[in-house]
Amino acid sequence: MTTLLIAEHDNASIKDATNKTLTAAVALGADVHVLVAGENAKAAADAASKLAGVKKVLLADNAAYAHDLAEPLAALIVSLASGYDAFVAPATSRFKNVMPRVAALLDVMQVSEIIKVVSSDTFERPIYAGNAIQTVKSKDAKKVITVRTSTFAAAGEGGSAPVENAAAAADPGLSSFVGEEVAKSDRPELTSAKIIVSGGRAMQSRENFAKYIEPLADKLGAGVGASRAAVDAGYAPNDWQVGQTGKVVAPELYVAIGISGAIQHLAGMKDSKVIVAINKDEDAPIFQVADYGLVADLYQAVPELTEALAKLGK
Amino acid sequence: MKVLVPVKRVVDFNVKVRVKSDGTGVELANVKMSMNPFDEIAVEEALRLKEAGKATEVVVVSIGPAQASETIRTGLAMGADRGILVKAEGNVEPLAVAKILKAVADAEQPGLIILGKQAIDDDSNQTGQMLAALLGWSQATFASKLEVEGSDFKVTREVDGGLQTVKLKGPAIVTTDLRLNEPRYASLPNIMKAKKKPIDDKSASDYGVDLTPHLEIVKTAEPPGRKGGVKVKDVGELVSKLKTEAGVL
Repeated sequence: MTTLLIAEHDNASIKDATNKTLTAAVALGADVHVLVAGENAKAAADAASKLAGVKKVLLADNAAYAHDLAEPLAALIVSLASGYDAFVAPATSRFKNVMPRVAALLDVMQVSEIIKVVSSDTFERPIYAGNAIQTVKSKDAKKVITVRTSTFAAAGEGGSAPVENAAAAADPGLSSFVGEEVAKSDRPELTSAKIIVSGGRAMQSRENFAKYIEPLADKLGAGVGASRAAVDAGYAPNDWQVGQTGKVVAPELYVAIGISGAIQHLAGMKDSKVIVAINKDEDAPIFQVADYGLVADLYQAVPELTEALAKLGK
Repeated sequence: MKVLVPVKRVVDFNVKVRVKSDGTGVELANVKMSMNPFDEIAVEEALRLKEAGKATEVVVVSIGPAQASETIRTGLAMGADRGILVKAEGNVEPLAVAKILKAVADAEQPGLIILGKQAIDDDSNQTGQMLAALLGWSQATFASKLEVEGSDFKVTREVDGGLQTVKLKGPAIVTTDLRLNEPRYASLPNIMKAKKKPIDDKSASDYGVDLTPHLEIVKTAEPPGRKGGVKVKDVGELVSKLKTEAGVL
């Protein structure tokens, strides 16, 4: 019995999502190997080898794995399949894309976005935007699992696993990389941020996000999020979206500003430790989940809050 | 080029689902059902390709109970040309759906299959990717822009860090994200016209696909509740509570 964890990384380092997924992988009860697939990814593989609980790291270093293309990455994982009983990856956009392809090639059902490992074959996962929790038992001999990282603690360092090279699999050559627009930001990534400040439709414009939400976020050292309505309206980029079909987050503090609290938004943030809501509609559903609610006009309250934090020395 | 669009009948997105007290699932009796919202976006995109002269025919296919024909009619009323209903009762997992869709694709030979990225009931986010695997086709999930380049495609995808653009060799699988388009409403004349459009009746057994679930549903439970807290009167009180009571500042 061995589990293969496929790592989220940027070639230079391992992402926090990998540490959290490792906790879920270890809970399966078998030895855990980590696959680092990328281009010039030796540093990431070395970082993975230091994680506590990792027995071996496989490094597949090849241009075919440089751009997260699903077809070659799925082919690589399937080429390693005979040695493993479970394939575990974080439910990031990279692995939401590739893991079902792996599952179908192995003729097994993927278990998507697990939030708890009950036993080596039984898992809890949310359905209906988190309005119900399903417990499922996989009858497949090989398990393909994606992990909702917000519900698992991050595994720390403390290992010294060997790093071995894994041969690249034949590239099916079905797709190619054209380009990307990746926002460069000094702010913490949403899925690992300790504090998140999110804006909703009431922000009215992208300029208002920059004028009200971002200064508050920077004062708190927070990541910036947005509701689907704000992203759809073009006030915020898609990678800021928090919700059922965006990012699922669980920071220490989540500040929802001008967000009404639609079911699909709550699905993405209701596991946050402390929730603050600022909204001028006192009946907004967001107040039903908020620990601290402030009924106020955000255009007055948010600058006041930013100022008050400055006085605190933030 | 023919475009195939699989659509799923799901609990309407406005309905607050309730877990059955015996833990066997969620309450589906007398609940409003609709086309999965991501699938509406898929139908819309296919129709736009046809209107732009890039597609010749749009075929909607649904796998589910007899009532899934209503979901197909919704697609036909939006403007799709014809439908295929593959009857299958009970819980049909994404892998089985993908196997049926592969058989449909083998028969129909589309140049492009557009699916919703996930269904809002089981939130699996698997079917498109699985279908691409079974067909041995290229895939682009979470699309926010789709361009046809001969028999190939250029697709912009919404990913965690921003946007990624890939080129796909056709035939290809594309799954939709929210920003791809805004689906149209069906007009009354088109709803009337849709009643005359053909729907092929099939069943899962016609395609020889085994529907036995790989995942046993042990139970379905309510999520742990979260209670609302307190209202604060002003920013000063908020800051002081966050600092002293919650300890997060």
